[in-house]
Formats: sequence, C-alpha cells, structure tokens
Amino acid sequence: MDPHAKTSERKKVVISSLCFLLAFVFFWQVNVKPTLGGKTEGLPSPLAVAEKAWEMLSNPFYDRGANDKGIGVQLIYSLGRLAVGYSVASVVAIFLGVVLGLYPTLYRSVNPYIQILKPISPLAWMPLFLYTIKDSGKAAVMVIFMSSLWPTLANTAFGVSSIKRDYLNVSSLLQLSWLRRLFKVILPAAAPAIVAGLRISMGSAWIAIVAAEMLIGGTGIGYFVWNEWNNLQLTSVIFAILTIGGVGVLLDVGLGRLGKNLSYAE
Amino acid sequence: MKARRLEESAVPHGVFQERAEESLDADSAIKTDGPDAAMERAVEGAVARAVFGSDLRRREFVRYVGAGAAYAILNSVFPMGAAKALAQEKTGPIEKKELKVGFIPITCATPIIMAEPMGFYKKHGLDVQVYKASGWAMIRDLAINRETDATHMLTPMPIAFTMGVGSQAVPFVMPAVENINGQAITLAVKHKGIKGAQDMKGFKFAVPFDYSIHNFLLRYYLAEGGVDPDKEVQIRVIPPPEMVANLQAGNLDGYLGPDPFNQRAVHEAVGFIFMLSKEIWPGHPCCAFAARKDFVEKNPNTFQALFKAIIDATQYAHQASNRKEIAKAIAPKNFLNQPVEVVEQVLTGEFPDGLGNMRKVPDRIDFDPFPWQSMAIWILTQMKRWGYIKGDVDYKKIAEQVYLAADCREVMKSLGYKAPAQNSTKHDFLLGKTKVFDPAKPEEYVKSFAIRRA
Repeated sequence: MDPHAKTSERKKVVISSLCFLLAFVFFWQVNVKPTLGGKTEGLPSPLAVAEKAWEMLSNPFYDRGANDKGIGVQLIYSLGRLAVGYSVASVVAIFLGVVLGLYPTLYRSVNPYIQILKPISPLAWMPLFLYTIKDSGKAAVMVIFMSSLWPTLANTAFGVSSIKRDYLNVSSLLQLSWLRRLFKVILPAAAPAIVAGLRISMGSAWIAIVAAEMLIGGTGIGYFVWNEWNNLQLTSVIFAILTIGGVGVLLDVGLGRLGKNLSYAE
Repeated sequence: MKARRLEESAVPHGVFQERAEESLDADSAIKTDGPDAAMERAVEGAVARAVFGSDLRRREFVRYVGAGAAYAILNSVFPMGAAKALAQEKTGPIEKKELKVGFIPITCATPIIMAEPMGFYKKHGLDVQVYKASGWAMIRDLAINRETDATHMLTPMPIAFTMGVGSQAVPFVMPAVENINGQAITLAVKHKGIKGAQDMKGFKFAVPFDYSIHNFLLRYYLAEGGVDPDKEVQIRVIPPPEMVANLQAGNLDGYLGPDPFNQRAVHEAVGFIFMLSKEIWPGHPCCAFAARKDFVEKNPNTFQALFKAIIDATQYAHQASNRKEIAKAIAPKNFLNQPVEVVEQVLTGEFPDGLGNMRKVPDRIDFDPFPWQSMAIWILTQMKRWGYIKGDVDYKKIAEQVYLAADCREVMKSLGYKAPAQNSTKHDFLLGKTKVFDPAKPEEYVKSFAIRRA
C-alpha cells in the first residue's frame, strides 16, 4: 500500500469513528428524560455529564473527609490495589506457568483444577477472604489477585509448552544454567503468549476492582460509583463509568507497548 | 485500670459487676489502682462513713445485704456519681484518641454521624473518623475484624453476634440505642389502592438485614394481618441505599426500610409511605451504637469518652428545635449524600407521604439512648418466633449481657440528663392481638402468636 492510500484509509476510519460517536450522543440526547416524575433528574443529558466531568476533573484531588474524596484520589486508591494484587498474581502465575509448561505430565494432572478455579467470579471469593483475612482492604487486593492469576497462568503454560524443541535442545547443549536458560531462552520465547495473558489479566482485574470496591466501600472508584448511586446521581455515575473505561484503555495500551518491546523476530 | 467509670454501675448484672463490688471495699483497693481510682474510692468511703457513721457499721451493712444492693441503696441516699465526678474532673487518660466508627448512610445514625461535623467527639477529647459502609454485612465484618473501633448497628445485631447467630460468636456490647421510630413501610406507586397486609400476598419485600428490627416488624405486621411472611410473600435483604433504585426498577413491591429512603422514594415519585413503623410499635428501637466487648475492656477511658459523646449527640438530636441544623450537617456527600430537603422532611416530621397528604408527625423519628433490656427481650422473642434461634433461650441473661442499661443510666446522669430508673419495662403496641409486651413472660408471648416457626 502506498503512503497516500494509507492516510486516506486512516481518514476514513477517523471519520466513521466520529460518526458513530455523534450517532451515539444523538441517540442519548433523544432519550434524555428530564425527570423520573420526581424531583431528581432522570437520565441526564450528555451536556450535563460533560459539565459534571469538567467539575470533577478541574478539582480531582479534593478531600472533604473520609467518605468524600475527588475522582483522582479514588483512582489512585483503585490503581494502588490493582498494582499490588496484579503484580503479585503475575509473578506467581508466570512462575507456575513456566513450571507447568516445562512438565507436560504435571500440567495435565493439575489442569482439571485450574479449569474449575478459572471460571469462578473473583467476587465470589470475597466473603471467604473477608472472613479469613480479616481486613477489607487486603480482601479486595486478594480479589484482584484471583482475577488476574488464571489468564496469565494459562497463557504462560501454553506459551512455554509450545516453545520449539530446538531452542531447548540448543540451550541444554550449551549447558546453560537453569537461571540463564529461563531468562535467555524460555521467557523470551514465550513472551508474546505471556504478554497476551497479562493483558487479559489486567482487563479482568480492572473489572473486578470496581465491583469489589462497591462491596467493601470506603475508597476507590467503585465506592465512588456506589456512593453516587445511593444519591441516584446518574450524572456522576455516567462520568465514573466513562472514567473507568478510559483508565482501562490506558492500562491495556501500556501493556500492549510492553508486548511490542518484548516480542522478537523469528 | 479497668472500666473505671463503668464500675459505678449500680446493677449487679452489668458487665462490670465484679468491679462494682470491689469498689465498695474501698480500703483494700486504694493501693492497687491508679490515683484516680483511689480518689473515687476515697470519695465513696467518705460518703459511706458519713451515711453509716463508722467503717464497722458500713462493713456489717454490706455483709448483710450484699455489695450490689448496698451500693444501690447508698446511691439512692447520696448522688455518688456526681460526688465522684466533682472530686475528679477527668476519667483518666484516653488510651486511643484516633478512632474509626462505622456507619450506614441512614438517618437512624444521625447522632453517630453528626457528632463528627458538629464536634461532639472532639468535645470529649476524641479524634473520630466516621466510615461509611456499604451494607450491614460489611458493618459486621468491619467490626469483627477490628477495622472499626465502634460502630453503628441495628439493635438486633449485637445480640445475634454475641450469640453467634449470623456470624462467628463475638461478644458485643450495646451501650446505647440511637433512634426510636423512624422507619416505614414504603410501597411502589402502583400499589396505591392497598388497604392492609391481606392485600400484600405475593409481594416482594426488602429489609436491610435478617437481624434487623425492620425484618421483625414487617413479619409482625404481615402475620397480624394473617399473611405468613415465610410462605406468602418474599422478604429479601437489600442494603438500604439500594432500596429506592430497586423499587424504581420494579424489582420490589415495597420495603420496611430506614429513612431517608422512604422519603426519598416519595421524593422520586416511585413510592409512597404506607405506614410509619411507630404505627406498629410506638417507641420501638431501631439502630444502636455498639462495640466489641474486648475493645471496651481494653480502652475503658476511650470508650467512656465515646459513650459520652454519643449520649450528648443523641440528646441534642432529641431536641426538635435542633433538627434543621442537624439535617444540614449530615446531608453532604461525606455523610448521608442525600438532598437536604429529604433529610429535613424526615427529621422534622413534616413530610409529603406520596399520596397527596402533607403529614405532621414530630416523633416520626426520635432519638433516645436508653437501651431498655426489655427491647432486647422482644427482639429475642421474634428471633425465636421466626426460627433464627432454636431451643431454650435465656432471654434475660442475654439482654443484660449486651444491653448496658445501667451503664447508660450512669453516663446519662453524669451528663445531667434524666434516665429511667428501671432496666426493663412493659412495651405498648398499637397494632396486634397482644397490645402489651411483658418482658417477664417471653416464652408465653412467643407461644401466643398463631403464625410462628417455633
């Protein structure tokens, strides 16, 4: 494709994308209900949400007491929980994944259990964690841990088990130490699969943290949504939903970049 | 140094009873406890000597009637609490100044919440942060896990948790009730024609928690109307803040819930107030202030200061003239997160009911800290009635263990408020076959109901 065709293709994408946005906003505006029959507004207009967004974003770090903090502060709490739960889970998942990928018999014997644990909603663990860990903040982090463990684990195991035999044979021929073999051969070879797993994990962790915070209350973007819902403030709820989506995209793009840097040419 | 102020407790069944007995034998205790305690005992000794003439006669008297009774008699002749408070200005150093107190964003928690912005905690030397929880199960777990030091609870919760019902068994004490009345049966607007319980068969109801006065009053109301609450309607647990949204979504036909969510449903024109809870049992208890028993034992001075702040705030909230100011203080996002107008309608008792009437009910919600042990006994009878507890129940003992009526009386008096002289009383109901609940005959009361699981 010549460069000219490429830019015009890109133009098309941007224009149609903007059209979708306009259509959505129009559809939204048409369905706005001024009130529910009561005194509070019903579904707010896009403009009202934009105004709310401006108000929230112009003062994101305010702190008016334990139960009322700015959107920026709430995001920092959520991202903090995410960082701890996700990084611990990733380290554990990659380690276990490598072991399972290298020993197919072991992989097959534990696979049924992984399959059973994988589809459990991370929130279902919440009551158990609260009861055993006895700390709501740590329980929320454990929920993140559970939600980001399985995709990385499964992908790593798959990636490692499908490394070309040649690579492993060469490394044993060169008599590389276990550590060097891990870092020079196994991990780089399985990197694309691992990063794909990490991205899926990040997505499910970000989904889980919002729900977990709605349960435990106190701080975080999930609590923010819950608190606004109590007051039936849909404007703030919609703004928070958009924020959650936006941060989710940023996290995914960040990991995508990481993946590009790690991939290698065959 | 344990629970110094609390040991003034005059009633022999209080948690701190042993200490009350010890404190009478003043001479022996002086050396072992701190200077404040010694001062208290010196005052007690002096008063006793003044009343009895000599130590010898006092000892004889104590031996004759028993320490608890002797103390009570002595207390009736001479205001011991006041004398001690005068002799010693402070209760002693506060063990833990920075506290976290849990709450659910409802008007029942008014005293607990307002004490932060209106400075009641500060006045008693505490730095309290009130912490908003999403539901009662979370309140329970936060309290049991010691993430909160003391907490807003529903009056049946400390009873249930102490007994290990609906939770692992963790002893709680409930030194004060927060609010009386203040709940309502709210129905969805489509049910405007409903006359009574008999029309509610097949309804989907919500209550805030299994162990709530709401659950027991709703069951009581339905059963008195001949509707079996376990078989003919559905009662589910939904956190109060989520009730309006569920009513609006058509997910519920109604709820017996706390305010402001009854009034909020009217405000949103999605529901109407069918019946105020005081039309079932006027003066019924609803929410409470509670703490783990071990927290109270470890931090007696802190607890005492907290207790005083709560009693002070509760009495302040009791004054109708303060209600508008309070509504303004607790409505913001940090606390209730509700329109001031709605909170005001609840607290002042001047409200539209959603049926086109403007009602004036000044005691729609009221605040009275005294934890009548007979209230606990009524709650236990309903737990037994609906099968939440099985087998023999020692109604009196549990009530005395959890509802610290005597301690509340002492604190109320020390702050200059009037307090009831008894720990238990008969309660009058407006609705029902049995109009008077006699706490002395709980088992007969349970058996008197036609619809019951026990």
